[in-house]
Amino acid sequence: MKVLVPVKRVIDYNVKVRVKADGSGVDLANVKMSMNPFDEIAVEEAIRLREKGAAEEIVVVSIGVKQSQETLRTALAMGADRAILINAADDVHTDIEPLAVAKLLAAVVAEEQPGLVIAGKQAIDNDMNATGQMLSALLGWSQATFASELAIEGDNAVVTREVDGGLQTIKVKMPAIVTVDLRLNEPRYASLPNIMKAKKKPLEEKTPADYGVDVSPRLSVVKTSEPPERAAGVMVSSVEELVGKLKNEAGVI
Amino acid sequence: MPNILDATDLNFLLYDLLDIEATLTATGHDRAIADAILTTAERLAEDMFQPFAAKADAQEPSFDGTHVHLIPETEAALTAYAQAGFPAAGFAEADGGMGLPYLLCQAAAGWFTAANVGFAAYPFLALAAGNLLAEYGTEAQKAAYLTPIIEGRYFGTMCLSEPQAGSSLADIRTRAEPQDDGSYRLFGNKMWISGGAHEMGENIIHLVLAKVPGGPAGTKGISLFIVPKFLEDGTLNDVHLAGLNHKMGYRGTTNCALNFGEQGGAVGYLIGEENRGLSVMFHMMNEARIGVGQGASVLGVSGYLHAVEYARERTQGRAVDNRDPASPMVPIIEHADVRRQLMQARSYAEGSLALCLYAASLVDRLRAGEDGVELLLAILTPVVKSWPSEFALRANDIAIQIHGGYGYTRDYPVERLYRDNRLNPIHEGTKGVQGMDLLGRKVVQDGGAPLRALAQEIMVTLGTADAFPQERDQLGALLQRVGAVTAGMAAQAASDPKAYLANATIYLDMLGHVVMAWMWLRQAIAAQGHSDPGFAQGKTATMRYFFRYELPATGPQLDLLESMDRTCLDADTDWF
Ligand SMILES: Cc1cc2nc3c(=O)[nH]c(=O)nc-3n(C[C@H](O)[C@H](O)[C@H](O)COP(=O)(O)OP(=O)(O)OC[C@H]3O[C@@H](n4cnc5c(N)ncnc54)[C@H](O)[C@@H]3O)c2cc1C
Ligand SMILES: Cc1cc2nc3c(=O)[nH]c(=O)nc-3n(C[C@H](O)[C@H](O)[C@H](O)COP(=O)(O)OP(=O)(O)OC[C@H]3O[C@@H](n4cnc5c(N)ncnc54)[C@H](O)[C@@H]3O)c2cc1C
Repeated sequence: MKVLVPVKRVIDYNVKVRVKADGSGVDLANVKMSMNPFDEIAVEEAIRLREKGAAEEIVVVSIGVKQSQETLRTALAMGADRAILINAADDVHTDIEPLAVAKLLAAVVAEEQPGLVIAGKQAIDNDMNATGQMLSALLGWSQATFASELAIEGDNAVVTREVDGGLQTIKVKMPAIVTVDLRLNEPRYASLPNIMKAKKKPLEEKTPADYGVDVSPRLSVVKTSEPPERAAGVMVSSVEELVGKLKNEAGVI
Repeated sequence: MPNILDATDLNFLLYDLLDIEATLTATGHDRAIADAILTTAERLAEDMFQPFAAKADAQEPSFDGTHVHLIPETEAALTAYAQAGFPAAGFAEADGGMGLPYLLCQAAAGWFTAANVGFAAYPFLALAAGNLLAEYGTEAQKAAYLTPIIEGRYFGTMCLSEPQAGSSLADIRTRAEPQDDGSYRLFGNKMWISGGAHEMGENIIHLVLAKVPGGPAGTKGISLFIVPKFLEDGTLNDVHLAGLNHKMGYRGTTNCALNFGEQGGAVGYLIGEENRGLSVMFHMMNEARIGVGQGASVLGVSGYLHAVEYARERTQGRAVDNRDPASPMVPIIEHADVRRQLMQARSYAEGSLALCLYAASLVDRLRAGEDGVELLLAILTPVVKSWPSEFALRANDIAIQIHGGYGYTRDYPVERLYRDNRLNPIHEGTKGVQGMDLLGRKVVQDGGAPLRALAQEIMVTLGTADAFPQERDQLGALLQRVGAVTAGMAAQAASDPKAYLANATIYLDMLGHVVMAWMWLRQAIAAQGHSDPGFAQGKTATMRYFFRYELPATGPQLDLLESMDRTCLDADTDWF
């Protein structure tokens, strides 16, 4: 079975995000970028499936600026077999919307015929949580989102999902789309020998035009702002005072 | 928490200042590989090293008479480090390594050291032992001891010091008795041995300095031996932990008093020839000294980064011209004096890192066979070892100051970073020893060729410094004076060696500042084309700070040197 893993280049999770002065978005110039952490988990899971003999080939695909190559190289260094870069933007500030990404992925799926797509549940830059679901709709495949466990049983994927209030285990027929959550696994580091080997692995470059997909945005960003600063707390001296404040000032009880 | 290193600055130093790309290409690598390796180093440092640095400091290793206990995080981190392939990075491909440039390895090492120096010492000691074996071991010795080090399975130590012989290695007493089978039996006590006892990995390879009876007195009678903790048949060698030392910093690293030969003699194997041990050791020591400077630098950088973050978050006081007590307090970074302190710390810490990485790039150029580089390394090594050990340490001191009372507590990492860094002026040759190496040996070597080589390199920079005419002229004039004063001193070196060497440390201080001014000028020049204008401005301002606030200290130092001052030399020991 072939596994397809989409990976996104996003602002590094350790970077303190700063909004651009004109409010048009987040400042990404000269900022450290890395692979979306959920995508790392997806790549790791694909590698584990291959190590268990449940998958033969892992293809990673990234849609974005040319620098997304580095992200693909990271995935190759972790253990993916080959990579496809779809050059869809010149400016690092251009975000390709989930629908366009899903359409491109659907086209790649049509070409590659994977048995399974493993994706991150969302990208940490704008937290859309949409691409996997849209891809499932476009392909008419089953989806299992927020996976914290994944096992392949014959033609089915058995997925434990993290849902509000607990865990839910479902069985979906493959080909299917699984989006992964934080607790699925601990991704490995790209080791030095594998970084060297990754250099020789194939990385194919494409454009959205190759797939006949229009990636121009359908949404317009009205405003981007920093979250409001947390106001200082107050110390209360008694339960009565607390209840009073909740009732009269906060109006929550 | 991270604040381990500043990746932007590290990239600037590697690519814009030191053109590592040329070295990468020449060795069959490229930027993508280097970036990926540094990313893995950063991640490992963040995820596996830094999280237990404070715990390893608080719960230092203990010895129950039989076993040495380390906190369990240590072994997990080591496994991750080995699995990522770092032990093999710098070794030649012929030896089973990856043949990566020294500069790249040093940059990666910077992440580990800054994140958790007390832990990083274990793999780095293995690396040092491996380097020595790679250079001087026989094929059989390499197969037996180097290969497992490269595979991350064996550790190593350097056993030079003894209780009665630290700076004075000529006076070591450990002896090595030759055996009929060509091996030796060692007897003696070693002191301060870092990583000398622990239970990680499969073996510890002690590299031990000892004297073969009947050899010449002093340093000419010192030989070097491989003394494994476990012998080839798996039995324990006659090496015993007498006790652990309780240190101020670097507390994650076991520091050991080791007894050799309590039960008939520790089995040892000669490296190289008898009586040539110290020259072998010193060959390796040069790289080790660059490593010490680099370690000091990155600890300083980490302290500085913590201080910057704190200064942005801590609010205290108001602008001096704000008379409204009801207005909110401002982040302390708004205060000019806090920015002065940050500037000072940055000039020391980042400047030190630039210098040490420059020295590492010289090692790559030396390996590539470039002429003249050996002279540069000769004159710079004592500076590279000492200046960061003293001034990056001051950056740690300043970081505490910027944290106010909080910096004096163990709730913040800055006091630990200071304690860790305090070792660096002491080991691998104290500052005093470095001063004597510089003035007593390097300055007079080959008729002054090393200093001339350095002056020439500085002149090259001055030729490209038109954007900074004031600093260019300041450094140019200073360089001339250094030349004149040095010539005057050297002329008296033979007739009055005591007064000459009594000024050695001052000379080291002076030359260190000159070299650092040069490093800052080079950085300011290299930063001009940086994609982030703020970055270039920050580098330029720090360069100016160094030239205005720090470099003038060399004036009075040169006055003392010019007159070969005798105040301390003539002081009677009874006066103290
Ligand atoms: C944490 C730690 C780890 C260490 N790890 C190792 C290790 O792994 N392996 C190892 O072999 N050693 C190790 N050492 C030992 C270290 O190298 C020595 O401490 C160092 O060489 C100084 O020797 P000493 O402590 O005996 O001090 P001394 O030599 O007694 O020096 C005391 C002072 O006298 C000065 N002095 C001494 N001789 C002269 C002179 N001739 N002229 C002018 N001034 C002089 C020194 O500069 C110093 O200020 C370690 C030490 C420490 C503290
Ligand atoms: C061990 C210890 C014992 C102590 N004992 C006592 C005690 O018994 N009683 C007591 O009342 N207090 C005590 N203190 C508190 C001590 O006096 C404070 O730590 C000190 O006044 C500094 O205040 P701070 O720690 O809040 O640092 P901050 O005031 O936050 O200072 C942080 C940094 O900002 C700088 N800074 C702050 N404001 C300005 C400004 N306006 N302009 C320029 N720079 C500025 C400071 O110089 C410093 O470098 C103790 C502290 C310690 C560590």
